[in-house]
Amino acid sequence: MIRSLLLLLVLLSTSSMAISEEVQVAVAANFAVPLQKIAADFEKDTGHKAIISSGATGKFYAQIKSGAPFDVLLSADDTTTAKLEGESMTVAGSRFVYAIGKLALWSAKPGVVDDDGRILSTGRFSHLAVANPKTAPYGAAAIETMKNLGVLEKLSPRLVQGENIAQTQQFISTGNAELGFVALSQIQDNGKLANGSVWIVPAGLYSPIRQEAAVLAKGKGKAAVSALMDYLKSDKAKAVIKGFGYDLQG
Amino acid sequence: MSAIKLTLELASLTTILLLLIGTPIAWWLARTRSPFKGLIGAVVALPLVLPPTVLGFYMLVVMGPQGPIGYLTQMLGIGILPFTFPGLLVASVIYTMPFVVQPVQNAFEAMGERPVEAAATLRAGPWDTFFSVILPLAKPGFLTAAVLGFAHTVGEFGIVLMIGGNIPDKTRVVSVQIYDHVEAMEYTQAHWLSGGMVFFAFLVLFALYTFNNSAKGRGR
Repeated sequence: MIRSLLLLLVLLSTSSMAISEEVQVAVAANFAVPLQKIAADFEKDTGHKAIISSGATGKFYAQIKSGAPFDVLLSADDTTTAKLEGESMTVAGSRFVYAIGKLALWSAKPGVVDDDGRILSTGRFSHLAVANPKTAPYGAAAIETMKNLGVLEKLSPRLVQGENIAQTQQFISTGNAELGFVALSQIQDNGKLANGSVWIVPAGLYSPIRQEAAVLAKGKGKAAVSALMDYLKSDKAKAVIKGFGYDLQG
Repeated sequence: MSAIKLTLELASLTTILLLLIGTPIAWWLARTRSPFKGLIGAVVALPLVLPPTVLGFYMLVVMGPQGPIGYLTQMLGIGILPFTFPGLLVASVIYTMPFVVQPVQNAFEAMGERPVEAAATLRAGPWDTFFSVILPLAKPGFLTAAVLGFAHTVGEFGIVLMIGGNIPDKTRVVSVQIYDHVEAMEYTQAHWLSGGMVFFAFLVLFALYTFNNSAKGRGR
């Protein structure tokens, strides 16, 4: 009796091991929270588990080149994924745009940022936080926006740079910077602004932030990896992505 | 280049400030029989254990506009400390404190109470005692403290990243600049600066160990 029970147990555990797998995902800081939500559903629906590391896309590029054990990269841009593909570090043809990012000018205090972003040219504030434009696409978009509005030169003495978009948000939410440019996804959930005041920067003021996903060499041929890539394209995931204020491709 | 200059300035000022602030603390810790000795010793040693990002995050909160230090600095009319050089200095002093206090405290403890008592029987005043008796006896401890304090501030990264704001010429120190280069995939520049840091760190430690060994040799 006990022997057959044990046998059954062994059979069950090996069979479930064969079905469910783990996916190591490197995700850009701005998409970390949406991905956690999607990953919870993904786990429930498929039995696979997504293990998430979030950070700056540039850092992930360096780590991937040095053999980091990631299966999938959800980049904050489409240049890093293109670069990795050119270096044969990705599975050919696996790249796709999973979200188009929106830039927002945000203050943790209500009533600071107006609906038209006029505060950039008229407002009195001592610190405006942006993500490092050299390494973070949202930082580059922020600089582009200020350039197009003709206020960059005037504002540049007041700029403080976060290492990535999450740190930029920290500068603002602790009040050390009165306002700053963040990803809309960081301050919006289910289509609602969490707190403070915001100006959603019109898309014409900066080049679109096309965030691409790619399967990395380490993830090649894993069932869970292709399941996750498919899941990101599912209607369920798309609803979550939209709820965080991203646009979707076409 | 400005990052190197800024780093050296920050490290020098931090070391000088810490020798001034840390010496009385080390003296008190070495001599006291107060029940608070354990508490103060633990507080001083905290930065050895805490991740710099934890310290940096709390400093961002405490020195921010809603934090107690932030209230104080705003009341004094100097605004808030994050994103400024003085802000980096305050953070570095706190972060590097144990690296200066502990070697000096060890030197004071090793010295024992007899030299001070002997000086007192000879009617030396407290300042005279300090400069003619204590300081020479504790010299290796002070040297270790100064070198470690300086070198540790140069190597600091987590805190300056958290509260610095990465502003060129104001808060972008070498460690942050290296991180920037790596993230921007500018590996050549990253190599130059990183190589320089490795060389510098080795040189400092080599000099320190050589000196301490020869000092011990003379003592024997």
